[in-house]
Amino acid sequence: MLKLKSFIKPYWLWCVLAPLLMVVEVFMDLLQPTLMASIVDKGIMKNDLTHIVSTGLTMLGVAFIGLIGGVGCTIFSSIASQSFGNDLRIRLFEQVQSFSNRNLDKLKTGSLITRLTNDVVQLQTFVQIILRSLVRSPLLLIGSLVMAIRISPSLTLILLVSVPLLFVLLYVLIRFSFPLFSKMQIKLDGVNTVLQENLSGIRVIKAFVRGEHEQKRFNEANKDYTETAIKVTRLMSLNLPLMMLVLNVSIVAVLWFGGLANWNHGLPIGDLIAFINYVTQLLMSMLMLSNMLTFISRAKVSGDRVGEVLATTNEIANSHDSLTNAVHVGQVEFNKVSFAYDSNDENLVLEDISFTAKPGETVAILGGTGAGKSTLVSLMSRIYEVSSGSITIDGSDIRRIDLEHLRKNIGFVMQQTILFSGTIRDNIRYGRPDATDEEVKQAAIAAEADGFIMGLPEGYDTILGQRGINLSGGQKQRLSIARALLIQPTILIMDDSTSALDAVTESRIRGRLSQQMGSSTNILITQRVSSVVDADRILILENGVIAAQGTHEELLRTSEVYQEIRQSQLKKEEAS
Amino acid sequence: MSSPHNRTSAQVPGPPGAFGRGHGGGGPAVPIVRAKNRSATIRRIWAYLNRQRGGLIVVYIFTVLNAVLSLVAPFLLGKGIDVAVIPREYNLLVRFSLLLLGIYGLSSLVAWVQAYVMTAVSQNTVLELRRDLFAKYQELSVQFFDTHARGELMSRATNDIENVSNTLNQSVTQLLNSLITLSGSLVIMLTLNVPLTVVALLTIPLVLVSSRKIAGLSRVYFKDQQRHLGELNGFIEETISGQKVVKQYVREGIETERFRGISHKLNKVGIKAQIVSGLVGPVMNLINNLGFAIIAGTGGWMAYHGLATVGIIVSFLNYSKQFGRPISELANQYNLIQSAIAGAERVFEVLDLPSEYESAEEKETECPSLTGKVDFRDVSFSYKADSPILNGVTFQAMPGEKVAIVGPTGSGKTTIVNLLTRFYEGTDGSITIDGFDIRKLNKRGLRSQIGMVLQDAHVFSGTIRENIRFGRLEATDKEVEKAARLANAADFIARLPHGYDTMLETEGSNLSHGQRQLLTIARAILADPAILILDEATSSVDTRTEMQIQQAMKTLMQGRTSFVIAHRLSTIQDADRILVIQSGRIVEQGPHEQLLKLHGVYHELYVSQFERAV
Repeated sequence: MLKLKSFIKPYWLWCVLAPLLMVVEVFMDLLQPTLMASIVDKGIMKNDLTHIVSTGLTMLGVAFIGLIGGVGCTIFSSIASQSFGNDLRIRLFEQVQSFSNRNLDKLKTGSLITRLTNDVVQLQTFVQIILRSLVRSPLLLIGSLVMAIRISPSLTLILLVSVPLLFVLLYVLIRFSFPLFSKMQIKLDGVNTVLQENLSGIRVIKAFVRGEHEQKRFNEANKDYTETAIKVTRLMSLNLPLMMLVLNVSIVAVLWFGGLANWNHGLPIGDLIAFINYVTQLLMSMLMLSNMLTFISRAKVSGDRVGEVLATTNEIANSHDSLTNAVHVGQVEFNKVSFAYDSNDENLVLEDISFTAKPGETVAILGGTGAGKSTLVSLMSRIYEVSSGSITIDGSDIRRIDLEHLRKNIGFVMQQTILFSGTIRDNIRYGRPDATDEEVKQAAIAAEADGFIMGLPEGYDTILGQRGINLSGGQKQRLSIARALLIQPTILIMDDSTSALDAVTESRIRGRLSQQMGSSTNILITQRVSSVVDADRILILENGVIAAQGTHEELLRTSEVYQEIRQSQLKKEEAS
Repeated sequence: MSSPHNRTSAQVPGPPGAFGRGHGGGGPAVPIVRAKNRSATIRRIWAYLNRQRGGLIVVYIFTVLNAVLSLVAPFLLGKGIDVAVIPREYNLLVRFSLLLLGIYGLSSLVAWVQAYVMTAVSQNTVLELRRDLFAKYQELSVQFFDTHARGELMSRATNDIENVSNTLNQSVTQLLNSLITLSGSLVIMLTLNVPLTVVALLTIPLVLVSSRKIAGLSRVYFKDQQRHLGELNGFIEETISGQKVVKQYVREGIETERFRGISHKLNKVGIKAQIVSGLVGPVMNLINNLGFAIIAGTGGWMAYHGLATVGIIVSFLNYSKQFGRPISELANQYNLIQSAIAGAERVFEVLDLPSEYESAEEKETECPSLTGKVDFRDVSFSYKADSPILNGVTFQAMPGEKVAIVGPTGSGKTTIVNLLTRFYEGTDGSITIDGFDIRKLNKRGLRSQIGMVLQDAHVFSGTIRENIRFGRLEATDKEVEKAARLANAADFIARLPHGYDTMLETEGSNLSHGQRQLLTIARAILADPAILILDEATSSVDTRTEMQIQQAMKTLMQGRTSFVIAHRLSTIQDADRILVIQSGRIVEQGPHEQLLKLHGVYHELYVSQFERAV
């Protein structure tokens, strides 16, 4: 929460003005009962018509000043809270942009999205409420108390009993309902899980005709949640009647003791009425305060979640003397590289990996699911940082190379194809926004994408994404290949990026690439043995270690694993 | 929470008809979306509420009681001052005090009972709404799910229903209470003093006009804000989901600048929206105070002229406050109620969609036990008239045969199986199984004789045993274990810490993809269907895992008519019949050797996959 204070600082003036104006409004509200008492005591009781009229007019003036205070407070608190949220959001976005993948894995993409959207809005609302109401309620409370004491110190003693009682009530309720609230959240997660599973597995459910079975499962979760929700809401609904009871009993006590005071000590009737009004106001503000408390606790959760993002620092950053001119031809060397996702985890994802990829060469990496292939190539552009050992490019340790310089030299086509909303052209141009249309087209041709793009009615200006058209998996893969080619990388990494393409298209792309990317270093991850036959070196990765490496012919002779993989893809008679 | 599913790149274009996308973004702030047909929606919510009639009646009674009590109390308070305090009547003061204590105590009790019962009424109403929505989801066709974003459907069942729930709990009794307080206050004010009542009513038009003006204005700004918020959320979602690409292409700076732009726009609109909607409070406060001052002035003047007693004016002032409160409460809740109605409308939209089980054009007959002779005759299918997905597809599969379907992505392979299972409907031509037109067969009966193993290997949270038993709910533990053995899954299950009782996490994330696929095969074995569909069942796993799965699939396919869709031709060479699909047509069909000899499409596919490896 402390960290967030600095975001409100630039708006300190608004933050001071808003409550001040609220003080004006509250003060005006507080004046009303006194003026009212004055009308009764001095006007009505003493038959003074001019006093009634002038006090009535004063009341109008007071109400108007109150309006100015209220509106002003609204304006300033809106500016302060919205701008605070805006700054916080931008800062968070910047922070996330600086994150390493390890950070992202830890905080989870979905959760980060809610933190930037939901939680920020929650905090924004919180600031707004603090500036407006949270000042109002205690102010009203204290103001009413002061006014009440001014009228009759002895009657105020009644409040000495009721106000602490209200606080105790509030504390007890919150104490009991909060654990239930979190329990309710868990049950709600249960409902959502069943729902989520059903939406994603609807085909399976329908194929096995298990609709009724799933409904039973859902109804159970639904009922479970509802029962808890009823329990919590019922507990919370005790709040209002109990508070009202305390409030009303206090009022009766005021009537009783006030009546006696009127007889014995000459307390004016008007004062008695005003006193009752102040007591009502005081206890109403207590009610508002209790509503506010639930808000604060919710804001605290959001504040913690946002604070966690701000406190997370990226371990992959440029050192002060990073090299901005280190990559020339793209000779990659892995020296005894090991990697674990968690630094104190003994579970190594990669262990003791050493190999060299020279300019103009193609190194293919083959291996089962979960063998560590994608992780291995991610290390090269420092999406993840090696745990031990080192990777060098053209002789420089990549940890010493400027990140921007490093990444701009690596064309990385990832396994999971991610495109952005916008035109096809913008997507291809993603890594080099200044590329010309002709360059974009050339890249698309090389990726065998120009054909289908030109077939679309809008061609390169076709809009992708939410409001745009939907491409097939293979088409998306080709766009992401074009995107990587456009930056003319020194090193090209293709992580199983042709899996959705049929073999004909794939081999055409491979042909184009060998023409265009002849001088670059190529790293290729694939499942298909047919794609690796021509590679200068094949690495076989198994459980994070290199099980074998060599050319196709060498491996055929020496590696059992390689033969197994190959045979699994071929009919026996053709393999022999 | 729910919706990182709106991944931009995976959006399916909307289908013709049904319902639209609703409001975009799904922002967290109360979305101010106006309902299209407000009164009809309110009536339907009412109908739902009415199912809890017993509770609702109790709530009615207690709400009325509560309102009456809260009207009587100030009346007695004023009376007490008039007849007990001022004339110094000790006995009367005692009686008034005790009476008030009793009334206040009763009032709190009544308020509590009312809230207690209403909680159950509203929660149970929402429970039914949620249950009905889920049941409807079970009845909608697969085609529907393929053409609607999952996050959006999810949000209807969560955010929208949550909106309804919140409002039901707060607003229904409050509305009723406000109404009674309003009319009760009016009646009492009239009995107290007619001229003063007329004066008090003077502020009403002011309240109505100003709250309407502000609500109208704030709706405009909120809509604008909602739009910008949607844009912002979309941008955040897209950029953070694609963070790896952003980093790889060193776009952090550019994206931050773009974000700054969108965020600033939202900020501007947001400030306006907040200011306008924040006006409601102070303005209502002013009007209330205004009314207070006018009544005090007039009342004072009347008392001066002997037209009213002090006590009457005091109680009158109390009532005028009570009179003003419900109006400003309603104005404050306007947005909340609006968005709840809009949420309910989005839920009802789904509930109104036709069930795939009831919408059959022809009368369905119970599905007999099938042997699995499948006949496609001149089958065509299209979403839109001008772009057919399938075009005149004709083929036959004899019982026990293995039919492979190959072809490029998007050629219509999956559509063939979607038609066979009647996931998609509206075909030209005819599909028969054992001579029965499938359109005339009961859908549930038909599907229970077709087994499926799909690429994404879907498992549910629950134990391994439950996941296999999903194939046949009444299967014994022994049968489940036998199916697992046949599916080559028994070994890895045995190695898990709790064996068959191991709990799977959401989406089965504690198993590898290959292991999950073996589970789905076991499930299909247990279901023992006449017809089997394997749709890219092994394309997400590596080739060595595939070998294990292949063996399991062989066991599974024995004695059943099976349809295999595969990318890797190595897996389908032994098929009895291979259908080569291109742009929705069967361009070649026959066994492997025969197709190779044609030197056509299949040959080209085959050669490109194998020649270099040989």
